[in-house]
Parts: sequence; structure tokens; C-alpha cells
Amino acid sequence: MTAVAPLSPSGRPPTGAADEAASGPGKEPDGAGTGTGTRRSRRRLTPYWLLLPAGLWLAVFFVAPLFYQASTSVQSGSLEEGFRVTWQFSNYTDALGTYGEHFVRSFGYAAVATGLCLLIGYPLAYMIALRAGRWRNLLLVLVIAPFFTSFLIRTLAWKTILSDGGPVVGALGSLHVLDVTSWLGLTADDRVLATPLAVVCGLTYNFLPFMILPLYSSLERIDTSLLEAARDLYAKPATTFRKVTFPLSLPGVVAGTLLTFIPASGDYINAQLLGSPNEQMVGNAIQKQFLNVLDYPTAAAMSFILMALILIMVSVYMRKAGTEELV
Amino acid sequence: MDLYEGLPEPVAKAWERGLTSGRAAMSRRRLLRAASLAAAGSTLAACGIPPAAGNKGGNGPEDTPDHSREEKVLNFANWPLYIDVDEKNKKKRPTLDRFERESGIKVKYVEDINDNNEFYGKIKPQLAAGQDTGRDLVCLSDWMAGRIIRQGWAQRLDPANLPHAVTNLEDRFRAAAHDPGRQYSYPWAGTACIVAYNKKATKGKKVTSVTQLLEDESLKGRISMLTEMTDTIGLTMLDMGVDSEHFSADDFDAAIARIQKAVDRKQLRRFSGNDYMDELNSGDIAACLAWAGDVVQLQMDNPDVEFAVPERGYLFGTDDLLVPAKARHRSNAEALIDYYYQPKEAAELAAWVNYICPVSGAQAEMEKIDKELAEAPLIFPDARMIAKGKNFRPMSAKEEARYEEKFSKLIGA
Repeated sequence: MTAVAPLSPSGRPPTGAADEAASGPGKEPDGAGTGTGTRRSRRRLTPYWLLLPAGLWLAVFFVAPLFYQASTSVQSGSLEEGFRVTWQFSNYTDALGTYGEHFVRSFGYAAVATGLCLLIGYPLAYMIALRAGRWRNLLLVLVIAPFFTSFLIRTLAWKTILSDGGPVVGALGSLHVLDVTSWLGLTADDRVLATPLAVVCGLTYNFLPFMILPLYSSLERIDTSLLEAARDLYAKPATTFRKVTFPLSLPGVVAGTLLTFIPASGDYINAQLLGSPNEQMVGNAIQKQFLNVLDYPTAAAMSFILMALILIMVSVYMRKAGTEELV
Repeated sequence: MDLYEGLPEPVAKAWERGLTSGRAAMSRRRLLRAASLAAAGSTLAACGIPPAAGNKGGNGPEDTPDHSREEKVLNFANWPLYIDVDEKNKKKRPTLDRFERESGIKVKYVEDINDNNEFYGKIKPQLAAGQDTGRDLVCLSDWMAGRIIRQGWAQRLDPANLPHAVTNLEDRFRAAAHDPGRQYSYPWAGTACIVAYNKKATKGKKVTSVTQLLEDESLKGRISMLTEMTDTIGLTMLDMGVDSEHFSADDFDAAIARIQKAVDRKQLRRFSGNDYMDELNSGDIAACLAWAGDVVQLQMDNPDVEFAVPERGYLFGTDDLLVPAKARHRSNAEALIDYYYQPKEAAELAAWVNYICPVSGAQAEMEKIDKELAEAPLIFPDARMIAKGKNFRPMSAKEEARYEEKFSKLIGA
């Protein structure tokens, strides 16, 4: 396994940096005392210069809004009278009390969608990375092909595909699949649209590439000689997968699940377009608070709660997953 | 102060008629009350208690510099499919193009209003900061126009620049409760919220009331209502025998509870914006609340779509044109408003959008275009139809916030 590489966003071993560190001093012209000093300090500053654009970006578009939002979340007032900071922490308890159900539902849907993405995405990523041969690039392009059309259009297309009288629902109905799903409480009245199933499927569909790509990149890096070695040692294919391939792909699994779960739990488009009033997620609630009710403090408090809950879940998950060498 | 001071004789007459006869008579008193309230408001503001969002005072013609003379442009934001387009070339808009030619004003027409609340969220930061929104003329539903006027974010229009509008506005539109005397806004079109259904999807059954929408078992999971609170709640109230022009908080709660019951039973499929049309067309939605003009347009493509004006009344509203505070081209905007208040232009527009036409004299013009449309009760309502139409009463800021909260909980969030 590769060593932990700070500041290496790709997860690859920082060979370039290591080489430079090793060979750098040797290249310094001898005897140029002051020059070496400034160069060294300049080199020491290099990482910070490289960080500057991202840092500025984060400061302007993340930290500042976050502060603003934090302040909003403890304000009280109304649009007409203006909002003032009154340290109204009850915004938080009110939001949790009123919209607890939405939070639970969001995380539930996001978790199921993430699970489905993993089930669908892993075999596909495995196939592309290890078996596709010359088709690999084409398949990868196909994975990201949906991004060529807008998120909204793709979700709207599902409304046509899953239309009540359409062939898909007809086929599912005659195969009795809908009987099973409605027994599970996922569908109702022989339709798919405006049911939990539609929302979960929409989430799964829309976030699948975010699962496949990290999985692919970690599977693709696996040294195939390790798999050969396992075979030489009389490991069955299943054992090879369990003991070698899967553990080596764990960083991809963790990254993929995070990249799927986090945006899925805050998503509101799928619930809005594919769900009924009974499937609305917390994103919808925040949107309504912000745009319709114009209760900015509650909306801000809800966003904070969502962020905090995601953060807690993610850190627990990462501890459990135990992979320090996260991508 | 003489309200009609400086107006040409027929204009002043028209105002007087509008403000003193019938339903409109009330509005004069309201107008005066509003004027005194506005005065009190601006004094308070001058005392140095600046509300974070509110009337900054003085949005009359004299307060915002008008650049119309130097800049012959007009930025006009409207809803999609809300203006006549050429049959052959969809990029051409006959009436608007003619306005550009006649006035020499270049109109940048943008269809960027899809939802009142969303659009409000979009322009509010600039309005609150006292900046130009980049739009000189916007079209918003009456209750939202009322909110913007109430907050002092609309420019008062100069009647002297609106000779046609002042004379030709149908009297019943003058008494608008949210803008008494039409100082700030003029209707682009009247809207009627009614019940629509797809007769193929209902298997030939007629759907004619909100009761049927909410309770008919055979429609379970295939009905939708609107995300516009005034329409959905207003029509439900009318169905319950409550006058939406004079309802109480309890009436409102009762309407919410009634719809909530239907949501809990999964009778409702969705609360939708303009997008109910697709689903009504395909039959995924068998019956729904709908805007009359949309349905008339949809019927041309799909003969299965039918509508019904509920026996107990329909919800009547207007989409109003107004000039946001700090907009640079007020006179150009007024020129456009006035242009569309000429009967011929109004008739052409109404023939395409199929919404209620607020311009008197347009019906006669419509006869020359299309005899059938001239008799359509949803474009030129007759007295019986007019009597059935009810407004949603204007709300105070507090009420609005409370009602919106309850309603947004109802629609699932």
C-alpha cells in the first residue's frame, strides 16, 4: 500500500515531490550561500503559493458564506422588520422538531441510493478496469456521457419513461414486480412516479457516475501481479476478490460512497420532480423555507443541521472504514 | 390634493368612473388610507429606524432618475409562453416587434419568470440593497406585485404617459385591493384558476369541483394542485363555501386541514407549478387545478383535455406589470404598457395567450381576428362569469408569512 501523501489530491504517491526533495539539494550550485538561502525559503513557500488560489476560493465562497449563514441561523425577525441577531437558538430545535421526518427520510433515501450505486457500480467499474481491454476508454466515456445533458433534463426524462401508462410501468406491472415493491411500501397503486421508489431510483441514476469513477480509479491501480500471485497460491477467484481485490479497492469504495451519499442527502430535484408530497426531502424543505416562507433563520439553521449530521455520519463512517489513505 | 390633476379630460373621467362606481367605490377610501399610511411610513423611516427590508420612501417618478431618453432600451422579464409569437418563425413576436418599430425602443424580452417566489428570491437582494435589478418591467402575480409595492420596491407610474392604459383598463381591474387606483401596476392579463381534467384518463368522467379532486377514489394518486398558495387555498375555500375575498384565519386552517387529509390518503400526486401541463397531457394526472389560459392552449393539441368552472366559483387574479425600484427606463416601460392597452394590440395578444383580457374595446377587435375567441368566456368573461370570479384577499406581511409557512408544510416541505 502506498504511503500517505499530504497535499496529493490524486492519491498517487508523490513521486515528483520526493524526487525533487532528494535531488534538489544536489543541484544547488555550491558556494552560493545567500542564493541557496532565498531559494530554500522560496521553496518552502511554494506549497503555500500553490494553495493560495484554492484558499482564496474557499475563503470567499465557503468560509464567508458559512459565517453569514451561521449568523443568519441565530437571528429572528421578519422580512418587513428586518432580521437581527438575537441568538435565537430555538431556530435549531424548532427546525429539528418540525422537519425531523424530512431529515430521516433524506438520509434513508440517500443511504439506499448509495447502496444501490455500489451494487451497480462496483461490477461495472471492475469490468472496465480489469476486463475491458481496448473498450476501456469507450466504456468510461459512456459512464460520463449522461453529463453531456443537463441534470434537470435527465430527471425530467424519467418522468416520461416511467409514465403511468408507459411501457416500463406496464412491463413491471405484468411481471408482478410492482406487487412486490408495493408490498414493500415502495410503490402504490400500480405506478412508479410519485413514489419512494421513483425518488430512490432517480438519486441512484443521477449519482451513479460519482460512484463508478473513484471505484474505477482505485481498481485500475491494482497491480495485476498481486492477483496472479494469489492464483499461484491456489486462492479461488472468490477468495482472491475477498482477500486482495476488495481490500485494495477500499479507498475507491469510501470515496465513491461519500461522493454519492453527501450530495444525495441534500438533493431536492429528484424528490420534487419524481416524488409526491409524501416523499419530500430536507432539501425541499430548506428551499421552501427560503423562497416561500422567507424564514431565512430557520432555513439557515436547517442547512447547518444537515451539514452537521452529514459531518458526524461521515467521520463515524471513515473511522469504521479505517482507511487513512483515503483518496 | 386633486388626484386627477394634470390629466387630460377623458383620462380623468375614466379614473373618476373607475374609482367611484360599484365595487371600485371602496377603493377611493382605501386609496386615501394607503396614501396616509405611506406618508406615515416614510416619516418613520426618516426618523432613522431603517428597516432592513422595507419602504425606503420615495419611489415616485421624481425619485429615480429615468434614462429612457438617452437609452432607447427596455428590459422586460415575463413568463414563458406569455406573448404572441409568429406561427412560422417562433423568434418573431408580432406585437412586440411592432412596438419596437413604432417607438424606436429596443426591447430585451426575457422569459425568466417561472415562479413568483423564485423570482422574488432572485431580485430581492438587489432591491433590498437599493440597486437596479437590471429589469425595467416585470410581470408578477397580483399577490406578489402587492408584496413588492408594499415593500416600496416598485416605481409609481406616471398616468400622463399611460393615456390608453388609463382609459382602456376595464373598470373592474381598477379596484385591485393590492394596488388601489393602479398607481404602480397594470394587468398584463387576468388569470382564472379552474379545474381541468383529461377525459381519457378519467374514463369519460367529468371532474367539476375541488371536492371531487380531493375525494373521488377513482382519481387516487392522479390529481395535482398548484404550488401557488392563493390559487390552491383560494379555490378550496370557495369549494367549502367560504368567500376567498373575506376569509378568516380559521377558514384558512380548515382549507389546509382538508387538503392535508387528501395528502395523507395519497390522493394527491403532486403540487406543481406550470409543469402540470405535461402530465395532464399524458394522462398521468387525470384531473388538477389549472390556469384557464394554459388549458385553452393545451386543448388545441389534445382534445381529451377539458376544463370546468366550479359551480361555487373560480379564483380570479391578475398578472401585473410593474417597474422595479431603481430601474433605469421607466418611461420606456410605460410606453410598452400603454402600447398593449390599445384594443387592437390587446386583442392580438389575447388571441395568442388565451388569458382574460383586461382591455376594454379589445373584444370588438377580437371579432375581426377570431369570432370564436371573441365569445370565449375565459378571455372576455360575461357578467355571469365575472360574478363567479373571486380574488384572494390581500394579506398583511405577518399573515402572509404565517400562511406561507402552513402551506409549505402542506405541500411537503
